[in-house]
Formats: sequence, structure tokens, C-alpha cells
Amino acid sequence: MPLRTAAAVRLGNMSSKLSQKMGLGAGGMIGGRVALKLDPQALARLTTGRRVALVTGTNGKTTSTMMLSRAVSALGEVATNHGGANMPDGHVTALSKQPDAPYAVLEVDEGYFPEVARAAHPAVAVLLNLSRDQLDRVGEVRTIEKSLRTALAGVQGTVVANCDDIMVTSAARDSARVVWVATGTGWHNDSASCPRCGDPIRWQGEHWHCTGCDLARPRPDWITGDGFLITPQGVKVDLSLRLPGKFNQANAVMAAAAAAALGVPVEEAVQRLRAVSNVAGRYRTIQRSGHRARLLLSKNPAGWSETLTVVREADHPAVLVINAHEADGRDLSWLWDVPFEKLRGRQVIASGERATDLAVRLTYAEVEHTIVPDPLLAIDAMPQGPVEVIANYTAFRDLNARSASE
Amino acid sequence: MSSSKVQIALVLPDLLGTYGDFGNAVVLEKRLTWRGIPAEIVTVNFGEPVPDSCDIYVVGGGEDTAQTLAVRHLREHPGMQRAASRGAVILGVCAGIQIFGEHFTRADQVTHPGLGLIDSTSHAGGSRAIGEVIAEPVDGLFQGLLTGFENHQGRTVLGPSARPLARVKVGTGNDGQVEGAVQGRILCTYLHGPVLPRNPQIADLLIEWATGEKPAPLELPAVTQLRAERAKAAGV
Ligand SMILES: [Zn+2]
Repeated sequence: MPLRTAAAVRLGNMSSKLSQKMGLGAGGMIGGRVALKLDPQALARLTTGRRVALVTGTNGKTTSTMMLSRAVSALGEVATNHGGANMPDGHVTALSKQPDAPYAVLEVDEGYFPEVARAAHPAVAVLLNLSRDQLDRVGEVRTIEKSLRTALAGVQGTVVANCDDIMVTSAARDSARVVWVATGTGWHNDSASCPRCGDPIRWQGEHWHCTGCDLARPRPDWITGDGFLITPQGVKVDLSLRLPGKFNQANAVMAAAAAAALGVPVEEAVQRLRAVSNVAGRYRTIQRSGHRARLLLSKNPAGWSETLTVVREADHPAVLVINAHEADGRDLSWLWDVPFEKLRGRQVIASGERATDLAVRLTYAEVEHTIVPDPLLAIDAMPQGPVEVIANYTAFRDLNARSASE
Repeated sequence: MSSSKVQIALVLPDLLGTYGDFGNAVVLEKRLTWRGIPAEIVTVNFGEPVPDSCDIYVVGGGEDTAQTLAVRHLREHPGMQRAASRGAVILGVCAGIQIFGEHFTRADQVTHPGLGLIDSTSHAGGSRAIGEVIAEPVDGLFQGLLTGFENHQGRTVLGPSARPLARVKVGTGNDGQVEGAVQGRILCTYLHGPVLPRNPQIADLLIEWATGEKPAPLELPAVTQLRAERAKAAGV
């Protein structure tokens, strides 16, 4: 490690420990921020000599990163940023904590992907899905798609991409080596028109093609089934995940395909990622005042749609928690893109700092509900037994912290 | 009304549905049906012809590319413009206000022809206007404050045939002074949130235009509470 980077990393680690000691936070980012200030090339230098996998997309980044890091640990020590610190300072912090790990699996914010990919020369880049998310902060999906398209075309390694997502397909198609995964999931509301030529996209079953140019669903190498995957060699492998829902199956198959690109045998990869049961507190069940509350995180319309499908498997009461801080996006217009109508007939409480915005949405969805702004009190107000708690980003974070400390 | 049901056309939600614009159509539909007036949403997707027989048209916001495609589509299938000429009610949100005008100029300085439905022109402003908006009615067109969220770069100048919907108290709107446009039965606004869930008085104004009758009072406690909360948060 060059002297300057070594010093930057040492200082970085010190301030990270200091910030943990002083209770300033989990220390996930501040160390990296100091290191990057002292050495702007820190990310490039810290990834040199390692095999790096980058994971990006709108939804499922944290879960897929954890799954992939578990799978890759079959090959050796893995440096990873699980915890959601997915910008360059978080990467530098994670890498400096494990300077000798020969592998790195990094979750990357989609806006930072071009910068991180240039610095890290990934052996594998995983692109999960692209949909609207925090339009007031992140910007429009098409802009993100274009910047990812340019960045991925420059990636020398393998690109693992979801071919059931039109935006992802367009972003990944120009790359030298692409492994296509049929995940069975994709958010179609942002891609009625082709990201390349603007003409309408036509769907026929699972297939889709542009009516104006040659953009079309590529032939998948990996296929996601209900509870299983099929490898490019045609081998069917049982998933038996502990995490619920179709989108976690999609995350798992993306992780298995990426692990395979790094040389992990598929059976071994699946066995390892199968063990994942709790990702930074998500899917955790808390016991409280006679309730078993399952905590589910959903940040945007695509995420909420999937989560509402998961909670539909049983008819448990639901507490929905909405905040609108900077990290959530201050604009709540997306509430109208979520099919809350699916909750009709169920016992529902609107909660969080913006419970009233949600209550208006539920009123027009004809979902009976009450308002209890404090989510823990909302859980208490439900009949005893299982409760589904779905929260957006800061609401989830705060709920997780409070439920852990009580 | 052209059929037994009030038909609400949700125009190109797959292109112009960026800011929960579906919500505006739902609010109109529910506020009609809850009062015993049959209503339905007719979704017109990209690639499909636009009917000229609907009573209310709802046009939402979209990204620049989507907006250009939408104009192209609406020119090729001018059902909404035909409906406008016979007095149909039209709500244009965000991109709506830009594409309904004579022309609009993007940040790249390229000028695109609009649909010519309202007397206005739009151009890209220096900075993006993002945040909560509060505005007061002009000429007693509606009751109470207009509240919503804006996220746009466009600035709009109204000609003599169009009048502003409201005067801005907090936020930017068309130009920092006024917000939206009204011309005949066409109502445009930069506000989403979306706009009708937060502003039931505007929803009922559109319903009155479409049915020819002032709708019966309809009080929703959550909506009243939300309006108070948003005004308070904006410091009004
Ligand atoms: Zn095309």
C-alpha cells in the first residue's frame, strides 16, 4: 500500500473509531470521508490487487450484496460494506477495515456507480433493476440509465444484468461480457417508451421488444423459478431461502450468477446465501407487548408493490410507516404509485411523521384505517399476534434502533 | 356528459405519470362515485389513440424525453384537442402546463411546438424549483389555499387569454409570482403532491365544470388535517 494511502487509511480508521466511541454514528462513513480527503485516489489504491464485485440498482442492493459476499466467502476473505454506506466514503471505510481481504463485494449507490467503477475496475458488476426513486434527489430514471450505460460499457469484467428490466437491459447491453438473468421481476411503469429510441415497448408474455429499434429481451443465461434457479448449463438448484418474496429470489439468483462469474460453484453459493435471514434488521421479527411484528423496509413504488405482495400471503394486520426526510425524498407523490388498494379489508394503521399523507392515500384507496403517528404505539394498538410493519427508509432506521434499545 | 358515466381519461400515464398523477384521476373518480354519480377512469396508454368522447382529461408530469414523445403522440392522435374545442374539462400538471402552451424551450435551447390549448409559452429556468408550494386563489376562483409540491425547471409566461390559477406565497410556480393557468375549462398547475388529493376544492371545481352542477359537500377528515399540516410546515 503506498505510503500516502496507508496514512490516509490509518487516519481514517482512527476517526472512524473515534466517531463510534463518541456515539456519532456507526462510523460507517466518517473514516472514509477523512481518508478520501487525504488521498482522493484511496478507492483506486484500496481495490488494486483485489477481485471486486460491485452491486447496484434501485432495489435489493443491500440484500444482494450480503448474499454475494456470503457466497464469495467460499473463496476467501471478503471486504464488504453491508450496512448501506454505499457511497465512496463508505467503500473506503469498508476496504480499509480489511486491507488484506483478496475479495471485495461493494454495494454502490447508482448515482456513484460510474465513479466507483472507474476507480475499482470490477471483475463483476451486478445491475439489479432501475425504477423511480426519490425523484427530487436522485433524478430521473432515464438519466441514471444513460450514465450507467456509459459506465458499464467501460467495465472489462462480467456484467450480471436482469433482462426482465428494460432499463437494465439497455444499460448493460453495450458491455463486452454480459450474463443475463431472468429474475421475473421488473417495474414497467417507467419504461413504456424505449430508453434508446423512444418508441413504444411491446410485451408478449415474458418477452418484450421495442417497436422502433432492435432493443429486445435478451435470451437469459440464468432463470429464476418459484423456489429454484436454472443455471446456464440447465441444472436446476433448489433455493429454499429464509427471506420472503419473489424479489429476494431474484436477489439470490443475481448473487449466484455473480458468484459463479468469480468462480464459486453454484451449489456452494446457494447453500451460503440461503442462510441469510436478516439484512441490517430487515425481515427481523420483534416481540412486543404480545405482538410478533415483522419489520419490512420499502423505499419506493416498486419496493412497496413487492412488499404488499409478500404481506398478502397472510391476512395479518399492517402498520405502514412513512417519513419524508432528505434520505427518503421529501416528495411523497409516489404514495399514489403504490397499489394500497391491495390492503382493502385488512386492519391497517397509518403511522410515521407523514401518517396523514398516507391516510389520505388510504382513504381514496378505500382502505379502512386509523392514524397512530408513533409506530411502536401503532404496533401496541393492534390485536395481539402477528403484525406486518412496512416502513420507508428513515422510518425503518428509527424503528429498528428504538426497538433494539427498548 | 356523453355517456351515462363521467369518463375520466388518464392520458399517457406510462409517459406522463412521474409524480403519482394517477392520484388525480382516482380522486375525481371517487369524489364522483361517493356522491352517487357514476364515473370511470379510461386509461390511454402510449401507442393507443386518444378518445375525444371523455368528459375530463388528466395529463401528468414526465421527464423531458417522455414529454417530447407525449406531444408527438397527442398531435398524431388529437382526440383531447377535439374534446377541448367542445368544452371538455382538462387538468394539466407539471409537464401539462408546458405542453399545453404555444411552445416550450428546453435547457438545451431547442424550442418544441406545444398543443396550443392555452395562451402561454414556457422556457427552462436557471435552477430547478423543488419543494412545497402554497398559493392563494386569484379572483375567487376557488376557496382556501392551493397546496402541493413542485419539481420542475420550466418557467411559464401567460398570454392575455390565459389567467393565473393562484398567487404564490411559498415556492416558485410559473415565475415566482403566480402559479398555474386557467383558460376556459382547462386548468394547469406545476403542483403535484399530487394536486387533487391535497386540493379537493380544485377537484370539485373540475367536477362542477364537467357535470354542470355544484357537487354536494364532501368532508374527508384526513384531507382537512393534511392541508393544515402542509400549510403549517410551509410556515403559513
Ligand atoms: Zn427502441
